[in-house]
Amino acid sequence: MKFIDEYRNGDTAKQFAEAIAAITTRSWTIMEICGGQTHAIVKYGIEDLLPTQINLVHGPGCPVCVTPVEMIEKAIVIAERPEVIFTSFGDMLRVPGAEKDLLTVKARGGNVRIVYSPLDAVKIALQHPEKHVVFFAVGFETTAPANAMAVREAHRLGLNNFSILCSHVLVPPAIEAILSSPMNMVQGFLAAGHVCTIMGYEEYLPLAERYKVPIVVTGFEPVDILQGIYMTVKQLEEERCEVENQYARTVRREGNIVAQQLLAEIFQVSDRAWRGIGIIPKSGYSINPKYEQFDAEKRFQLNHITAAESESCIAGLVLQGIKKPHECSEFGKRCTPEHPLGAPMVSSEGACAAYYHYKRHQIATQ
Amino acid sequence: MCLAIPGKVLSINREEVPMMGKVVFGGIEKQVCFDLLPEASVDDYVVVHVGFAISKMDEQEAAQVFEYLKTMEDMRELEDDKPV
Amino acid sequence: MKNEPITLSCPIPISDYKNVLLAHGGGGKLTKQLIETMFVSQFENEHLSPLHDGAIINTKGGRLAFTTDSYVVNPLFFPGGDIGKLAVHGTVNDLAMCGATPLYLSAAFIIEEGFPMEELWKIVCSMSDAAKEAGVTIITGDTKVVDRGKGDKLFITTSGIGEIRTEVNIHPARAKAGDVIILSGAIGMHGIAIMSVREGLEFSSPILSDTAPLNELVAEMLGVCSDIHVLRDPTRGGVATVLNEIASSAHVGVIIYEENIHVSQEVQGACELLGLDPLYIANEGKLIAIVPAEHSENILATMKQHPYGKDSVIIGEIVSEHPEMVVMRSKIGGNRIVDMLSGEQLPRIC
Repeated sequence: MKFIDEYRNGDTAKQFAEAIAAITTRSWTIMEICGGQTHAIVKYGIEDLLPTQINLVHGPGCPVCVTPVEMIEKAIVIAERPEVIFTSFGDMLRVPGAEKDLLTVKARGGNVRIVYSPLDAVKIALQHPEKHVVFFAVGFETTAPANAMAVREAHRLGLNNFSILCSHVLVPPAIEAILSSPMNMVQGFLAAGHVCTIMGYEEYLPLAERYKVPIVVTGFEPVDILQGIYMTVKQLEEERCEVENQYARTVRREGNIVAQQLLAEIFQVSDRAWRGIGIIPKSGYSINPKYEQFDAEKRFQLNHITAAESESCIAGLVLQGIKKPHECSEFGKRCTPEHPLGAPMVSSEGACAAYYHYKRHQIATQ
Repeated sequence: MCLAIPGKVLSINREEVPMMGKVVFGGIEKQVCFDLLPEASVDDYVVVHVGFAISKMDEQEAAQVFEYLKTMEDMRELEDDKPV
Repeated sequence: MKNEPITLSCPIPISDYKNVLLAHGGGGKLTKQLIETMFVSQFENEHLSPLHDGAIINTKGGRLAFTTDSYVVNPLFFPGGDIGKLAVHGTVNDLAMCGATPLYLSAAFIIEEGFPMEELWKIVCSMSDAAKEAGVTIITGDTKVVDRGKGDKLFITTSGIGEIRTEVNIHPARAKAGDVIILSGAIGMHGIAIMSVREGLEFSSPILSDTAPLNELVAEMLGVCSDIHVLRDPTRGGVATVLNEIASSAHVGVIIYEENIHVSQEVQGACELLGLDPLYIANEGKLIAIVPAEHSENILATMKQHPYGKDSVIIGEIVSEHPEMVVMRSKIGGNRIVDMLSGEQLPRIC
């Protein structure tokens, strides 16, 4: 497949890996904040190709992992209502709430459906005027415009049986929260390429300057990630702290203006709770009051639902890169992908699940 | 966040609201919404996420990754040639 | 709607399910758990415990293989086949994976009231053609009709019996370090063919299910080497699941090479789009053979001569390191563990 296969070429990847080894003179801790990048790193075994001094940390880049428990509970409460068809991306269905997940709701007779595109959810609402269709709108800035389009389309069609349960999060405030933490050990960032496709990368310039960290906008194929790491290490070795764009074939500095305008129309920036981290100010989207009829939280009056996190789950420390998954006392014992205590073990991109599937035998043989 | 893959635009129906078109991904054709990328045209390569085209592929930049490697190699050779 | 605030405590382990989930039928860890804790624990006997594709029975006349399978596929008609064809091929193949020559099948039908006769006829004719090609006879059966709404159009269960030659000894626990792993062709076709109908994907050249009877291919393979250690067809759960099951049964490690595993461009495109891993996608006309290294080239050459084995390739080997773990060397040289799925593979956006 064009624009994919050439970035998976083994020889090219090895060349970048050798180049990284050639310039690395000391230990560096680099964080990537993107579930897609975590997935690629695990899938291709990229860490095997890096010198041991490079410490790759998987940050809070998985919208599944950072969706607060109470949001899952709200989703479950809505999905259990007989008049609702609850639609969602596949990723969210196995995330545990307090007692169950959306898959369990489906098993017990709830009308829960996986959709590929948010517009499919709108189609379902059109086809079923007797039901109320709710779409679980999670994701980072990459997915927000698509979810916004669903609201715009529902508005255009004059639908009153459609709403979204909005749990959008933004990357730059997460980076700032990590960098401003006194326990921070991250020295460089790979910025999420597709998030920047939408938003551009100007928001990262003040972060790089204020906290003196290199930030490299990086793609998702093994060659992209290795080149992104190379560029980050090069900056660190040369004591630079700039924003660079490895993924220039898709990312423009200003991003996608049409998408940004749509986001401004449908959403407003608001404070958001991140699972395991807590509330980060101005780190998410909520629905603009002009479109509040499409806001499921308001339609179903769910503000009274709260939920506590598992006490033994150290997701927050793992997501901020302060602890590694296998440093958690429950890792691989009470907490496995079959019975996860927290979200990073559920999603295949979650740091804990990635470690479990990939590193388990290496840790055991040490 | 964020599975998005590149495909080639086969057709766009500009009259349709929302604007839809057909994109081919290595042998698979799918209907894609172009409202977020109205400037796309037939034969462009676009990146598609959850059924939406979000960016056009810049073919020159795409080649840059491999040019960069070549530059790195040239620089390493220069380093090697330098007198110790 | 309750008025008092709902405060919920920390998540409890969700492996304790009160209801059966779709994931329990996915072929992964949950399926294994259901089978072991429910069925094996109650039915416990030596024939059942290998949990192979079929059971091997000793009779005065020799050894027989006996298997059963239910077919609940939706849609009933898909590119490359239908539920009937699948029902014959699937059971014929399970017998072949025991090293048996398939002889006789039974066919039981559960039909939902209102199901069109014309479609039933098409399916039955398809079964008849498939049985003829495979050289088996359908000798007994059963028919039930259930109320409208109580059965998803049509379910078919086929059971089968076959004979095993004395010198053949196929058992998942026979895989041993040094053995070579052969895969008979490109993967992911059946699962994607089904999904293409469900997800409304169009293809420039459509993906057809690879459903096929493999008994002749297996007979040729056993003809050049009667000491094949393991045969499995990677159906539900895909190549990854089968290799994990073998690794677990035989307490061995598995290494496979991504470079050697063939995935067609269309299947790759569909997997990229939906965020699926071809290693976990069902195949209905492929087999995995685990064979002694000294015979591998001979077996491979024989397989390539057969229409259903022409794209056969060696994909890896059995090792003594990392027992019960399947490791894949990626195209770029790094390693990853290919784990069992917990439940079904779900499409992802992330």
